[in-house]
Amino acid sequence: MSDLGYDAAHMLGAVVLLMSFALLYQRRLFSLLNVFTMQALALTATAAWQAYSHGEPHLYITALLTLVLKAILIPVALHRIVVKMKIHRTIEPALGIGLTMVAGVSLVTLSILLVLPVTADATALTRENLALSLSVVLLGLLMMISRRNAVSQVVGFMSIENGLILAAVGAAGMPLVVEMSVAFSVMVAFIIFGIFLFHIRERFDTLDMQKIESFRGESD
Amino acid sequence: MSAVAVIVATPLIGAAILALVPGHRLGARLNIGFSAITLLASLALFVVEPSSGALFVVDAFNIYLIALTAFVGLTTSVFSAGYIAHEIAIGKLDERKLRFYHAMYQAFMFTMLLALSANNLGVMWVAVEGATLTTVLMVSLYRTAASIEAAWKYFILCGVGIALALFGTILMYMAAQPVMGPGMAAMTWTELMGHVAKISPAILNLAFVFLLIGYGTKVGLAPLHAWLPDAHAEGPTPISAVLSGLLLNVALYAVLRFKMLLAANGQAIAPGPLMIAMGLASLLLAGLMLYRRRDVKRFFAYSSIEHMGIITFAFGMGGPLANFAGLLHMAMHSLTKSAIFYAVGHAVQVTGTQRIERISGLTVSHPALGWGLLAGVVAIAGLPPFGVFMSEFLLVTSTFARQPLLALPLVVGILVAFGALVLRVQQLCFGAPGTVEGSGAPVASVPVQGTLVPLYAHLALVLVAGVWLPGPLVAWFQTVAALLG
Repeated sequence: MSDLGYDAAHMLGAVVLLMSFALLYQRRLFSLLNVFTMQALALTATAAWQAYSHGEPHLYITALLTLVLKAILIPVALHRIVVKMKIHRTIEPALGIGLTMVAGVSLVTLSILLVLPVTADATALTRENLALSLSVVLLGLLMMISRRNAVSQVVGFMSIENGLILAAVGAAGMPLVVEMSVAFSVMVAFIIFGIFLFHIRERFDTLDMQKIESFRGESD
Repeated sequence: MSAVAVIVATPLIGAAILALVPGHRLGARLNIGFSAITLLASLALFVVEPSSGALFVVDAFNIYLIALTAFVGLTTSVFSAGYIAHEIAIGKLDERKLRFYHAMYQAFMFTMLLALSANNLGVMWVAVEGATLTTVLMVSLYRTAASIEAAWKYFILCGVGIALALFGTILMYMAAQPVMGPGMAAMTWTELMGHVAKISPAILNLAFVFLLIGYGTKVGLAPLHAWLPDAHAEGPTPISAVLSGLLLNVALYAVLRFKMLLAANGQAIAPGPLMIAMGLASLLLAGLMLYRRRDVKRFFAYSSIEHMGIITFAFGMGGPLANFAGLLHMAMHSLTKSAIFYAVGHAVQVTGTQRIERISGLTVSHPALGWGLLAGVVAIAGLPPFGVFMSEFLLVTSTFARQPLLALPLVVGILVAFGALVLRVQQLCFGAPGTVEGSGAPVASVPVQGTLVPLYAHLALVLVAGVWLPGPLVAWFQTVAALLG
């Protein structure tokens, strides 16, 4: 692969990771959704670039699905839910911004330390792509843990899936079946999340998971 | 058309048809019908020599799991018919929800059977993911605050688990791709088993850790078990039965397929210690938690965590004997636990409550049900002559022979759980029968809806397995035990 191909793929992957960091410190739901859209756009560009540089046309479909679902439909729908439920107030991260950032940087370090030794015989692009995508997955997990609000948890969940797609498009010749299923599962997951959000709003009048967690079958 | 195709296609077609069928009686009958066709097709696997193609694989490992899944699917659909008739009568469910419920039931069976028979890592992952989606929808069927909270928790936790499992699957492909070239071969079980010896063990190890945590969440292993008791307690009882009896097995099957790859590779890390640690943690934690449960469905859900811990421990120990015990225990637990949930479902319906202290004297008020529940609990507690005793006995003796130090916590865990089961079953089955929650009428005046045949069919099978195992089954278990390393 040419140097340009390598550099571009590397840079686009890094942008996806950067957006994961940006997601961590967004205090408002609208800006959270905007950053998520940008991450989806960066992922679209990554998939399209891999399709072009590796000559794997099926990745264009992945790129297209990412663009349509994650950069357009889902942010618009979530935006509507936020407006409809009047929850566009400040969101409260469970940890402080500084602490979240430190935790995020440690997770990225961890994933690099974890991936680089075990992939000593793989190509440089595969290794770095894997390290980047593992970082995105871990940061998504961190976000799901540190946020209490249901909408931010959904965004965290989808950013984990972004990391998975980043890994899948980087794996040379990965059969289409997986990308399709990921894209599909995002859609299904979103529909169900939507139903859930609806019911939760209906039943609890709040999306604060801390309050919902007190509704238990029994105390234990 | 091969038998496997029929097994997978029948529930899929069934789901589509049941989504259109009005009326819960017809729906329940069709549900039983489709499940029966699936079971017949899976029994045909034993007659025609199973072969593996690009899509499906049938070997000594999954053939008995497919048959078991189809069988429990059928008996649960029979139980479900009586169960929902009662729920309709008391107004907890309506026709629209039941149409949805029946379609989801068949869709769930489709995903289970697809996950078991798929010859492709990606397809298996999609199937397990689909199983999560369908069960989430069924757990939230009652639309109560508690059931929605349970479904939400289940969805979030298992969603993350499923995501990690996909990451593990992608890593597995990345590990295989340099050896086997790009394309579908590097994601096919049968191809992978042939080439795995040449695959670099380092990425394989990393992949297995993700797969164990990911699919392990669905198995309900501690510390990732938080979803399991809630999902079992708040959904309809037939769903609790198939969750415990089938879904946990299928998730474990996925882990074990990958463990086979690691064992065939030879240089990869031994997954044993990891699985032993998670298994023991689940066993001890669930054993202790059993004492404080007041909800009867939650109580038996914790017992499922305990047994999944025992099974995972068995496969972690490895070796022909422990693996054999693990495979046998998977089948025995699945039959016994679903039987217990049938009995519990009836008991909850006649008493109108899930709280253990409000249910008593079932052997007096409903002898057939009460003694059936008692037999089920005796079986799950690991007492002879039932099959669970045999698998636990095999496991404990082989552990004592090889790792006496590990046998100690294992025996302690089993005994702790045993104590809790004995304590609670006395409350449930003996003493004076109480009154129905709400109306105050004597419990004995409420008849059991539907038939107790599924309950006793399962108990009979567990009893037979405790006394005599058929030759071919033993031969399969031995083949698979050797492959599992």
